[in-house]
Amino acid sequence: MKVRSAISLASVALALAALTLAAAPPASAANAIDPAADARAFQKFFTTKFPKLKLEDFVNGPYSLNEDMHRQWVEKEEFPPYEFSLDMGKEMFAQPFKNGKSYADCFANGGIGIRQNYPYFDDKEGKVVTLELALNRCRQANGEAPFSYVKDEMAALTGYMAFTSRGKPFDIKIPNDPRALEAFETGKQYFYTRRGQLNFSCASCHVQNPGERIRAEILAPALGILNAMPIYRSEWGGMGTISRRFITCNVQTRGVPLDPQSDEYRDLEYYLSYVSNGLPISGPGARP
Amino acid sequence: MKMTMRLTGSNRPIARLVLATTLLTTMLQITRASSAQAAASVDEFKAAYAVAEAANTQAGALRNQWTATASTLADAKKAADAGNFDAAVALSKEAEALAKASIFQGTSEKQAWKAQEIR
Ligand code: HEC
Repeated sequence: MKVRSAISLASVALALAALTLAAAPPASAANAIDPAADARAFQKFFTTKFPKLKLEDFVNGPYSLNEDMHRQWVEKEEFPPYEFSLDMGKEMFAQPFKNGKSYADCFANGGIGIRQNYPYFDDKEGKVVTLELALNRCRQANGEAPFSYVKDEMAALTGYMAFTSRGKPFDIKIPNDPRALEAFETGKQYFYTRRGQLNFSCASCHVQNPGERIRAEILAPALGILNAMPIYRSEWGGMGTISRRFITCNVQTRGVPLDPQSDEYRDLEYYLSYVSNGLPISGPGARP
Repeated sequence: MKMTMRLTGSNRPIARLVLATTLLTTMLQITRASSAQAAASVDEFKAAYAVAEAANTQAGALRNQWTATASTLADAKKAADAGNFDAAVALSKEAEALAKASIFQGTSEKQAWKAQEIR
């Protein structure tokens, strides 16, 4: 008896709290999906918020945000902690598979200087294909086992491919295909959706609070947030792929992360990369 | 209400949700202590656990499970394995409440996310 009433009381409390959250935004007219307009608004938001930064400065994440951090970044780049991984990636990339083919056979231009074109929308599959996914598909097509999306080998490969593309502006295309527009929209929705017990969206941290400290870390702005991936983090004691970063950020909000390269994460990467079109690839990166 | 939905300074809804779950947890702990006489049975635990698990599956379909739900479910199972069915039932109910809150969040965010969008 007592149990029941206490529980139902608690449920009422929860329901009430929930209701106060439910305040729906003013129902806006169902506007058409317009990625170009979204990207303009997105970039304008950040350049207005940080008027001293040049567009290309945003790719250095938290290091871009003040002089002190920038100095630390310059120092770090003298002996970059990702160097070991970069060498490993270069070697792995050149190493032929057992069947004699290699990664170069799977990619345009032999895989050199093409990072800025990923992810892309594959019209045969009807889905977004990220670089991490394309690398594993290349391996599997050649009879090799796929790599973990969150471990060192994948980071080494994407790090090397990013390195050969440094300075090239993100050039993500959204073809005029309803499925591609839908993928962009799904990615956008994922980015702004609050989740986890802490009720944070990606935007709560990386749009509303860039430059603020959260525990010991300074939050990176969402503009250019993927340009430096993969990144070395002292906290990880190693390199992290985009998949690893998405999962870590989900867990921070006390949400159960999705599987790496699940449709939502692929769409999210598509969205975040597209709105950073024009900003140079700077990976691999290093963070405090 | 409108204020809490602005692009910036919108920490209040978060605080509310956290508060609600904390409140709930506290209440359940009080409940657990006060219901000591009527010891729960293994069947009661099984029923409560199944309900919580089903709610968490539903949250999974919304791609919106919370980590605390899984860990509370695991704690419930541990308590049951140790023969402590009172605690096991209470923990199952707690997991159910967490799962329901995550379902609520996942459902309301289907529209509410738009309030945060940069335009
Ligand atoms: C609770 C706040 C929080 C939320 C919510 C959050 N992140 Fe993060 N994120 C961080 C912190 C802290 C770091 C490490 C410091 C930094 O680089 O910003 C980080 C780093 C990143 C980085 C690496 C940036 C860099 O330059 O080092 C990416 C990419 C990223 N987050 C993406 C996301 C995405 C996508 C989401 C939503 C799924 C998300 N984050 C949600 C806190 C958050």
